[in-house]
Amino acid sequence: MSDTVNVSGSLRTRLTLTLIGGAAVLTVLVFVVIRGYVAQIAQQGQDSILAASVSSILDAAILREGAVEVDFPYASLSMLSTDADDRVFYAIYQDDGLLSGYDILPEPTAVSGAATVHRTVDLDGTAIRMATAARTLIGADTRTIVSVSIAQTQEALAVTLNRISRNVVIFGAGFFLLTVVLSFWATSTTIRPLRRLANSITRRGPDDLSPVAGPVPNEMAPLVASLNRLMGRLDTSLKQSEDFIAEAAHRVRTPLATVRSHAEATLQRVDRDENRMALRAMIRAIDESSRAAGQLLDHAMITFRADHLEREQVDLLEMVRELVIRMTPVAQMKDINLHVTGVDSVVATGDAILLQNALRNLIDNALKYSPPESEIAIQVMAHPKPRIEIRDQGPGFPPDEIDDLTTRFSRGDNARGIIGSGLGLTIAQDVAEAHGGTLTLSNLPGGGACATFSL
Amino acid sequence: MRNFFALILCLLPVLSAAQDWEDRQVFKGTAPTQTLRILSSTDTVFFAPIISGFLAENPTWSVEYFVTGTAEITGRFQAAPDTFDIVISSAMDLQLKLVNDGFALEVGGVDLPDWAQWRQRLFAFTSEPATIVVNRNAFADKPIPRTRQELIQVLRAAPETFRGKLGTYDIRQSGLGYLFATQDARASETFWRLMEVMGSLDAKLYCCSGDMIDHVASGDLLVAYNVLGSYAVSRQKSDNRFEIIRPSDFPTTMMRTGFVSRHAPHPGAASDFLRYMIKVQTAAPSGGNFPLPPLELNPAGANPSVISLEPALMTYLDRLKRSVFIKEWTNAVVQ
Repeated sequence: MSDTVNVSGSLRTRLTLTLIGGAAVLTVLVFVVIRGYVAQIAQQGQDSILAASVSSILDAAILREGAVEVDFPYASLSMLSTDADDRVFYAIYQDDGLLSGYDILPEPTAVSGAATVHRTVDLDGTAIRMATAARTLIGADTRTIVSVSIAQTQEALAVTLNRISRNVVIFGAGFFLLTVVLSFWATSTTIRPLRRLANSITRRGPDDLSPVAGPVPNEMAPLVASLNRLMGRLDTSLKQSEDFIAEAAHRVRTPLATVRSHAEATLQRVDRDENRMALRAMIRAIDESSRAAGQLLDHAMITFRADHLEREQVDLLEMVRELVIRMTPVAQMKDINLHVTGVDSVVATGDAILLQNALRNLIDNALKYSPPESEIAIQVMAHPKPRIEIRDQGPGFPPDEIDDLTTRFSRGDNARGIIGSGLGLTIAQDVAEAHGGTLTLSNLPGGGACATFSL
Repeated sequence: MRNFFALILCLLPVLSAAQDWEDRQVFKGTAPTQTLRILSSTDTVFFAPIISGFLAENPTWSVEYFVTGTAEITGRFQAAPDTFDIVISSAMDLQLKLVNDGFALEVGGVDLPDWAQWRQRLFAFTSEPATIVVNRNAFADKPIPRTRQELIQVLRAAPETFRGKLGTYDIRQSGLGYLFATQDARASETFWRLMEVMGSLDAKLYCCSGDMIDHVASGDLLVAYNVLGSYAVSRQKSDNRFEIIRPSDFPTTMMRTGFVSRHAPHPGAASDFLRYMIKVQTAAPSGGNFPLPPLELNPAGANPSVISLEPALMTYLDRLKRSVFIKEWTNAVVQ
């Protein structure tokens, strides 16, 4: 059935991809945010050490006899040791002149007494972080501003950041994978009621058009309600078709039978040859019409019933014997002997009405094509599968058309002059297929046709 | 470029001759084609075995070895950083500052603990304590002092015996002497008291450990303070007229360091030389073949007496700090 459904995309795929895509976006976002945050914290760490170093040097600055002395402690630079052995630069300024240290640092911008100024500057292509602070020294009659800059490369910071980034990436990847797994789980949980509904409908019997009764999630309620309504309408319409077929069969066949009996009676009363011939032609035409109507209705009924087989235990031999008894009068008109062979009973499961219809059509066909004073052998067998073989002594099937004979309204080349609609073999074939069986047509070696109906 | 180097090579003898080196020697491999130039403060006799060992493994090289004082190394190297491949010095602070100022090349493949290397550029390769060397005869009838405090007491007990017969580094001239002095001052006030006592007894000032050891051995000096232990031990093998004391109150241990110049003409070979030097100086049974003491890689970590390689070494190189320190020291010693 699925190849006739117009499939476009998959809810499961769409849901999974949406969840995974959302997780991926979130993961990247979290990575960027955490990395930025960590970079800020790490920078604050370096800044605070630089600030401590600056203030320890500033604290050591004193005015002695008008000259600035800065006897800063060993720890001022010692505290700047890092795992990556970052380079350290410092400069001590008095007012605007360099007092001591490196002359490659940018001019200090700190204001005396104000907070330490931090900035990142470029030194020979390397980014260095610099802290600067200033302090006013007051002597007996002098006033001077000492400022100190300490700068440090950021290799240890980069190492730390890389390590943290790597860890964040690992954690992010882990959470992402977890989310992927959860997405699949969530998707299949969400999709499950839909699949359960599909399964329950697929598993239904052919006659089961009852509404879906099992509980369904809120979102599926409109779908299931529509489905139930559709099935309700279908059920009604099927019942109507059945009634219509029965009605039509009744209404067409009965008047035809009336017309035929009138024609027969009239035939007995007229003497002129041309009138008798006309009446016989009329009876023939009525027979043909009646038969065609019957077969058309049979076929319509079979088409309908094939979808709703009413299986029951059927004794095929019994059924064939009944049919033969009913058809014996027709056979005797052509001096044809109907001979039935078989074991006591061959029980099969099937729709009795359909089987009877199919067998009647097959025997009918054999009668039509058999020459007068011949025999039709009907054999009913139980093994390996229940089957019925009907052999006649007629001309057999035209060999080059044997495969097409079961198609609707197709008649063999040798059928001219014989009453028929071309539906008989189609009916038999449809019934066989509805029961999971086959209809096999073949010609007997010594002449004559053989139709094998097996279930 | 090739012509440029050829020109330099031609002019080198002329240039070098114009400079005043303590020592300058060329070691040739068996098939020399190129020359590594090493600027060093280590006496040639101590360093020659390392050079010979390197040349045995690399016969296509020659090594030109220049010796000068620790304080001069900085000036000479900074004036022409592209004429030397390797700089070796015992003045750790000056070396560290050169590396901090970006003069050194990163050398890979050297696995030294953190305290013995800096930025993978500056590497220690010896552990050498500062020692007190005393004349054996002068202490024949007195207990030999084991600490600075005991030395002070000995000196105070007999000032006339020791007047004019004490020696120590002139920290104004010697980078190593300045390093030892500043680290001592950092460790204890005893250093200043000792300096004051030595100053009051007209201590003589020296540029180098070798001269101090000579004078102690000959009896011109009775006590020399902060002498390089490695030189003293080496001298003692042929001369037992003096005693070496490692002060037990607070020992100071210096590490000789080396780096490859960032502008080295032969960075590859220079790095190889440095790796070779560190390999032989850290190999387990060293010292036997090489007169320089090995680098003691204590698995438990740095010996606390070792001056470790860190930016704080630059503290006493600060112009203001240095002038304050030298003023104090001069006040104490020169008087």
